[in-house]
Amino acid sequence: MTRARWIAVALLAGVFLIALGANFFAPAPYAKQFRADPDHPPSKQYMLGTDELGRDRLSRLLYGMRISLLLAPAAALLSTILAAIIGGAGAYIGGACDRLTKIVIDLFLSLPWLFLLLTVRALLPLDIPAATSVVVTFALLGALGWAASARVVAAAVRSLRDSEFVLQARASGCPPVRLLFYHVLPNVKPILLAQFWISVPLFILTEANLGMLGLGVTEPMPSWGNLLRELENYSALAHAPWLWAPLISLVMVVSLFQFILAGEEYSA
Amino acid sequence: MKSLRSIGRHLITIVITALLGGLLGATLVRMAPGFGVQESDLNSQLSAAARQALHQQDASERNVLSYYFHYLGGLAHGELGYSRSMDRPVSALLRDRLPETLESLAIGVAGGWLLGIALALPATWKRSPLYSTTASLITGVFLCIPSAVLALLFLVIGSPGKIAIALIVFPKVFRFSRNLLIKTYAMPHVLTAKARGLGRIRILGWHVLPNIAGPMLALAGVTVSIAFGAAIPVEVVCDYPGLGQLAWKAALARDVPLLVNLTLIIALVTVAANSFSDLLTPTATRDVL
Repeated sequence: MTRARWIAVALLAGVFLIALGANFFAPAPYAKQFRADPDHPPSKQYMLGTDELGRDRLSRLLYGMRISLLLAPAAALLSTILAAIIGGAGAYIGGACDRLTKIVIDLFLSLPWLFLLLTVRALLPLDIPAATSVVVTFALLGALGWAASARVVAAAVRSLRDSEFVLQARASGCPPVRLLFYHVLPNVKPILLAQFWISVPLFILTEANLGMLGLGVTEPMPSWGNLLRELENYSALAHAPWLWAPLISLVMVVSLFQFILAGEEYSA
Repeated sequence: MKSLRSIGRHLITIVITALLGGLLGATLVRMAPGFGVQESDLNSQLSAAARQALHQQDASERNVLSYYFHYLGGLAHGELGYSRSMDRPVSALLRDRLPETLESLAIGVAGGWLLGIALALPATWKRSPLYSTTASLITGVFLCIPSAVLALLFLVIGSPGKIAIALIVFPKVFRFSRNLLIKTYAMPHVLTAKARGLGRIRILGWHVLPNIAGPMLALAGVTVSIAFGAAIPVEVVCDYPGLGQLAWKAALARDVPLLVNLTLIIALVTVAANSFSDLLTPTATRDVL
């Protein structure tokens, strides 16, 4: 790993720590309203000002980052597990099961990701408690975002299934379960890990898109998605540059992820 | 004969995917909580007979399979059902909105490809670390901005939001084509052509393009799907009356016929685009060695 990538990892770890310690770093609870100071510009008391309901923007940003940064990896874990089960099992069993898996994966991939999410999210009740909306949003991301990873995992398992060492183990009488857990899975682990890390920034961005369309995490719970909705008041953007803070922080975190994942490319 | 079989296989895939996609859409909507609950139940001005008539109208949609088969039967006669949330026939809605989305897709895909290739070619020819890093950073930034925000930024600067789709497509085209071009330019036959003093355009047209045409066509199919996905937030944020905005409205209103038709159409377009690029791949790729 190059020095630049280590710096990016350190920066991202720093952002994670700050987000995790939102209770400690945030000047106020995310839902607390300072009713005397709605739409307050940045000051010593409110470093990023307050929103139209008088809530401290910095506190909401820190709590929103915590939600996105904790739950996007959770959703990525769910999607990676699903990809391993669906793609891996289909390819390992082979035959009709593999062909069926391929069709299901192609079906999921043929529908644009956001369209699928939008449809399924709208099927669930929209008027739900904020905490439930957080779980629903990220659970959906995880439950529907497995297809691309499953295709990669299936291809890897297919090639491993036909490889010489697996063939030799099978010829030596190794039972299928042992073959799977001792010979196939350890070799797929790096691929699963890579798919997990690729999914995290993708899910952060998708939550932001859903939030902007009003189908993500609901108020008063903050998330990057619903914090970005303040940008819709674009006539205010010119004289209130602090409104850009959620977007800048989002771009920074996703760029750090991209940089770490494709470090060699930038350092070339 | 082989190509006919390949076309047949792709056609079957398109039909199966479209049918499964439509069924999936219908099933998901049927499973939604609150499905079948009507506002008319609370309307005291309606008589019991009127309410019963409205419920009977709903009964055909309660069983997902019967609804779906009924729908397929109608489809064979060119009927796509009626959207209650929009109070119009689905076919009329699709007819009205399809041109807007096709225009967005055309601008998005064509613009994304032009920009991506225009940046990738100099990155391959010059091999300057400064240019490569700058181009990577620019594409990286666009990969990090949610499409809805990008559309909003275009509104802020007063430019047409459709260009946002091109900016969502272009980073993928740039990265893929640059890597492919770098790999192809390092191939022995291209080095030989360079050593013989052939011009840049001739090398590109005769020795590089035939080699990369296959993977690039495969990417073209994928970019249609990406552009379709990007069209939803762009059309919603910029208030373009296209299929993306219609999908959003239908999803919010849980409009069964509309959602099933949209699922079917979007699945069809993306699978057809991918199959078309798959079919063209062997024709387009020429063995240059």
